[in-house]
Amino acid sequence: MARPAHPILNVMSPIFGSEGVYRIADRIADDDFAKGRSLWRDAAEKFFRNRAATGALVLLLFIAAFSTVGSLLAVWSIEEIDWNVLADISGSGQPSLSNGHYFGVDNLGRDLFSRTLQATRTSLAVGIVGAIVAVLIGTVYGAVAGFAGDYLDNLMMRIVDVLIAVPSMFIIILLMVMFERTLIMLFIGIGVVSWLEMSRIIRGQTLTLKNREFVEAAHATGVSWFGIVFRHIVPNLFGVVVVYATLLVPSIILVESFISFLGLGVQEPNSSLGSLISEGASTIIFGTLWQLAAPMGFFLALIVSLYFIGDGLRDALDPRDF
Amino acid sequence: MLAYAARRVFWAAPTLLVLIVLCYVLMYLAPGGPFTTERALPPQVLANIEAKYGLDKPLYAQIWDYVVAVVTRFDFGPSFVYKDRDVYEIMARGFPVTLTYGTISFISACLVGVSLGVLAAVRHNSVLDYIAVGATFSAQALPNFVMAPILVIVFTWQLGWLPGGGWSGGQWQYVVMPVIALSTSFMASIARITRSSMLEVLNSGFIRTARARGLSPTTILWRHAMKPAMLPVVSYLGPVFVAMITGSVLVDLYFSTGGIGLSYVNAALNRDYAVMLGVTILYGTLTIAFNLLVDLLYAWLDPRIRY
Repeated sequence: MARPAHPILNVMSPIFGSEGVYRIADRIADDDFAKGRSLWRDAAEKFFRNRAATGALVLLLFIAAFSTVGSLLAVWSIEEIDWNVLADISGSGQPSLSNGHYFGVDNLGRDLFSRTLQATRTSLAVGIVGAIVAVLIGTVYGAVAGFAGDYLDNLMMRIVDVLIAVPSMFIIILLMVMFERTLIMLFIGIGVVSWLEMSRIIRGQTLTLKNREFVEAAHATGVSWFGIVFRHIVPNLFGVVVVYATLLVPSIILVESFISFLGLGVQEPNSSLGSLISEGASTIIFGTLWQLAAPMGFFLALIVSLYFIGDGLRDALDPRDF
Repeated sequence: MLAYAARRVFWAAPTLLVLIVLCYVLMYLAPGGPFTTERALPPQVLANIEAKYGLDKPLYAQIWDYVVAVVTRFDFGPSFVYKDRDVYEIMARGFPVTLTYGTISFISACLVGVSLGVLAAVRHNSVLDYIAVGATFSAQALPNFVMAPILVIVFTWQLGWLPGGGWSGGQWQYVVMPVIALSTSFMASIARITRSSMLEVLNSGFIRTARARGLSPTTILWRHAMKPAMLPVVSYLGPVFVAMITGSVLVDLYFSTGGIGLSYVNAALNRDYAVMLGVTILYGTLTIAFNLLVDLLYAWLDPRIRY
């Protein structure tokens, strides 16, 4: 026996048949909010809504572009000594548009514009390459330790504990002095010591991922542990990795600049922002403030923009914050 | 607690050993010994010198001698460059200076940072909070090597208040700028961490309960909120300590305080491996000891931690 229709349907039947209802149904089917939203699209939206982070990204891109393309504007190379201004650096060595020394000259009469751009490139390269090295080592090490568990995990993390207790700057300097003071050695030195923190973070994340259903499913379907670590766990760590890598870049630039400031970094005629700041700082007695201002300005802009971007990414990718 | 402490102390010893051995092996592997000069020494002379420094023995024997000498006698061997001085002497002369302003910097960074952070958290979203957040953010981007020249420009060249360098037995005028240069960025980070963790604690359930019970805000802050809020700060102190030790090298160099950092940088420029190793081991030992202290403090602060 058919159930009698609910009385409400009788009241609403004109609405169900109406054109308006179909229109609404069509809109629901077409509309964006019915589509899936990936983590990355969400994150990108959130990131660009953050004005400080977006501004910082624009600034960083500008600095990167300027430090590479800007050298086309340079009249002088990083090594040339301008004999015309050498005698009177605090006077005619000032920044000027007419003689091509847009940022003035340094204490040896070399053009500070080219030198600052070259130094910015060096610093950026060291930061990015160092971060990549650290991320690669740290991710693999941490993921393997976290996934392996037991003895291996214990052993691997003890090693990290031991290494992390060593003041890393001294080890980098030791490496640089004992082998050679080249850019490659600097990359190696910085990469070798900066992966430790990364590996701890990755291990922690791996531990929480390891017991999730999709890993269990992979196990059940017979995926090898290698496959599980690199196909299933590492991709899920991507968000964390991106955030920490972005925050690692400025800290590596800081380390490199510090070493260069001490005069133990990249060798002449190449320079990095740290060595230029150091040179500028040692000549402030002569009133040549621009020698400090130009590299310091670039340095601060670089560091601050990277910090803001890292913060913005962290906010955007933080899964707790929804 | 006691067992945990014992285990931590037990782990510190191998860490130290690894540090010493690692440094020594690095030195051993380095191409071109410390006596490689531009004018090649006659092989006989070189052999004699190496015998004098014990560098002709096999590696394991060298390491053993070095470790024993360092651990039992604080004897880091003679300097490779200054023939009449040994490393211990060089370090002992500079260390008190570095220790003095380093301690002052560390304590002031903690005190000012924590008070600023707590104040900002308690007065959340007030003008004070905004000022604190702004100040800490900008100060964080000012590492010591940027801070030091700025300080000299302002206080020495513009205002003429403070001497631009030197030590003079540690008179206060000479201590001020090294301390500010070394501590500012850490003060800022400590303030930031304190503020965020204090905010989190103040918004948690047990604080609401305490408020509901009618406790005074002072009691809530000091008796209930302070301890848990300090946990992230305490765990951050280890890195701060390392960074300050590292930063002291720069401060010693820039302000010519006569501290240990100057000897270190000179040693690095002269390839005086013995001094470099000595300083690295000294600072590594301090770091290990301090981390131990931090871990114990953390375990004491957080009753949930029982290993």
